[in-house]
Amino acid sequence: MARSVTTKHKVIATIAAWVVALIIFFPILYTIITSLKTEPEAIAGFNLIPSFTLESYITVQTQRDYFTPFMNSVIISVGSTILALIVAIPAAWAMAFSPTKRTKGILMWMLSTKMMPAVAVLVPIYLLFRDFGLLDSRIGLTVMLMLINLPIVVWMLYTYFREIPGEILEAARMDGAGLWQEIVHVLTPMAVPGIASTLLLNIILAWNESFWTIRLSTTNAAPLTAFIASFSSPQGLFWAKLSAASTMAIAPILILGWFSQKQLVRGLTFGAVK
Amino acid sequence: MGSITLNKVSKVFGEANVIPSIDLEINNGEFVVFVGPSGCGKSTLLRLIAGLEDVSGGQIMIDGKDVTQAAPAARGLAMVFQSYALYPHMSVRKNIAFPLKMAKMDQSAIDKKVEAAAKVLNLTDYLERKPSQLSGGQRQRVAIGRAIVREPSAFLFDEPLSNLDAALRGTMRLEISDLHNQLKTTMIYVTHDQVEAMTMADKIVVLNRGNIEQVGSPLDLYKNPRNLFVAGFIGSPHMNFVDGAYAQSKNAKMAGIRPEHLGLSKDSGLWTGTVKVAEHLGADTFLHLDVDGIGPVTARAGGEFGAHHGDRVYLTPDESKLHRFDDKGLTIRA
Ligand SMILES: Nc1ncnc2c1ncn2[C@@H]1O[C@H](COP(=O)(O)OP(=O)(O)OP(=O)(O)O)[C@@H](O)[C@H]1O
Ligand SMILES: [Mg+2]
Repeated sequence: MARSVTTKHKVIATIAAWVVALIIFFPILYTIITSLKTEPEAIAGFNLIPSFTLESYITVQTQRDYFTPFMNSVIISVGSTILALIVAIPAAWAMAFSPTKRTKGILMWMLSTKMMPAVAVLVPIYLLFRDFGLLDSRIGLTVMLMLINLPIVVWMLYTYFREIPGEILEAARMDGAGLWQEIVHVLTPMAVPGIASTLLLNIILAWNESFWTIRLSTTNAAPLTAFIASFSSPQGLFWAKLSAASTMAIAPILILGWFSQKQLVRGLTFGAVK
Repeated sequence: MGSITLNKVSKVFGEANVIPSIDLEINNGEFVVFVGPSGCGKSTLLRLIAGLEDVSGGQIMIDGKDVTQAAPAARGLAMVFQSYALYPHMSVRKNIAFPLKMAKMDQSAIDKKVEAAAKVLNLTDYLERKPSQLSGGQRQRVAIGRAIVREPSAFLFDEPLSNLDAALRGTMRLEISDLHNQLKTTMIYVTHDQVEAMTMADKIVVLNRGNIEQVGSPLDLYKNPRNLFVAGFIGSPHMNFVDGAYAQSKNAKMAGIRPEHLGLSKDSGLWTGTVKVAEHLGADTFLHLDVDGIGPVTARAGGEFGAHHGDRVYLTPDESKLHRFDDKGLTIRA
């Protein structure tokens, strides 16, 4: 009896998980399907079976340069992530290992900046970028995304570092490790998984960021988000081409996400799972 | 060698004067146990000796050398933490080898020592595992292994067994005692557990609010507690305290009698009481009684003494084992 009940639960849970996963994944799947249709097919209405033509991909390739926005996306997302880590690691470290009365307040304040709608600061930021000549520059976008994601990076690292038990560091000191040996042999190996998760998640966040990247870039620094957007305006709507462009834009990050699943799940649960 | 001397050692955390001033002498090879209620400063004192905490005043000497300002590693002590504090990313072998690696010992010597320690601690089959793949008892043994390979002049233990279940605690207690007999190295051991304190210690240090109440051998503390606090703290179940007319008749403010020094009878005796709870442990029966005119009293009876809730029984204290205290709570010597 007990056994059949658990099997039944398992089956139900599995089906439910698949249904939810399909619902969440469906828009992406439909994008991929549409990208494999001809343009008339794409406009025709709901249809799950495309004619499997690569026409749109070829058109996108010849009409537009994919490589430049791709490289821009890589440079901006990786660059902003590394910059964010350089700033956030010492910050999170200090707050986790030598907290003061104000640490909690500072963390809340950092997070509160994420509660504000981005549009609220669009005009001043746009003007600043214009005046400092940062519009449509990779450096400008890198710095912008670094600042946007910094609160989350600090929070994630802080929760990871907090999990490193103080007694282990004390044990290392008792065992004769100097500060440098403590960092190399004990702290870093224990902190690296957390840093890696944060790095991956932040690359994905930065890769997908579209509000600022689209508004602050035109051609030179435009990443893949802007590349997709550009297919939706000038010559009217071409669904199949738009879908092909989207698929090409999200493919790299999907692949990265797929290969780093384990690390990411750890990252997204904010270190709750040991 | 491993004699440790504390000279007016004090510790203040912010406003809190956790340890006002402690003088203590620990001889080479002794097994010293710190006991006391929660929050009395046992861990703090141990950490001061380890060098993990800076003293606010006073002096710490190891083998006659002043180490008050020395770094933890320079003191030649090894510590076993309550949480084990193993390095989670290193195998058992690497964990045990870590202090030797820090001491820049050469690899073949390290291997030899690690394997010898693993053999003593029954860890040979687990050397390549990570700490997360071990049971609580095995983790504790790894922590001990990491401490012994250094051949420290003294071991410091902070409640090392409190995360283990009762049966394993019993086994590990014997293993640590055994280790002490083999190594004959000074050990300082912090515990809450009466049994650990009584069975393992050469010398018990009873702490209360950061002060030493008494230092002595387990039996010495049991037989001749210096004051009410020690009398009530050492021994399980606790000593019964009786004041009022009975104490006055013995020329004391307070009289104390241990549960095992109360004679029990169903027919006659000095006091009469009603059984509230009878705990039958097999060899022993502990009776929790309400004694007329005195109040709650615990008495130890033999396993065959049949008594149940509501029974009336007679008690007679063994006057030769009576403890008497004056109005300051100090023991009155006969
Ligand atoms: N880092 C610290 N900062 C402030 N107060 C502290 C600190 N460490 C300990 N204390 C205080 O010092 C007192 C003694 O603490 P300690 O940990 O030594 O007690 P303990 O005897 O080991 O207790 P337990 O048996 O519960 O482990 C406690 O009141 C505690 O609150
Ligand atoms: Mg403690």
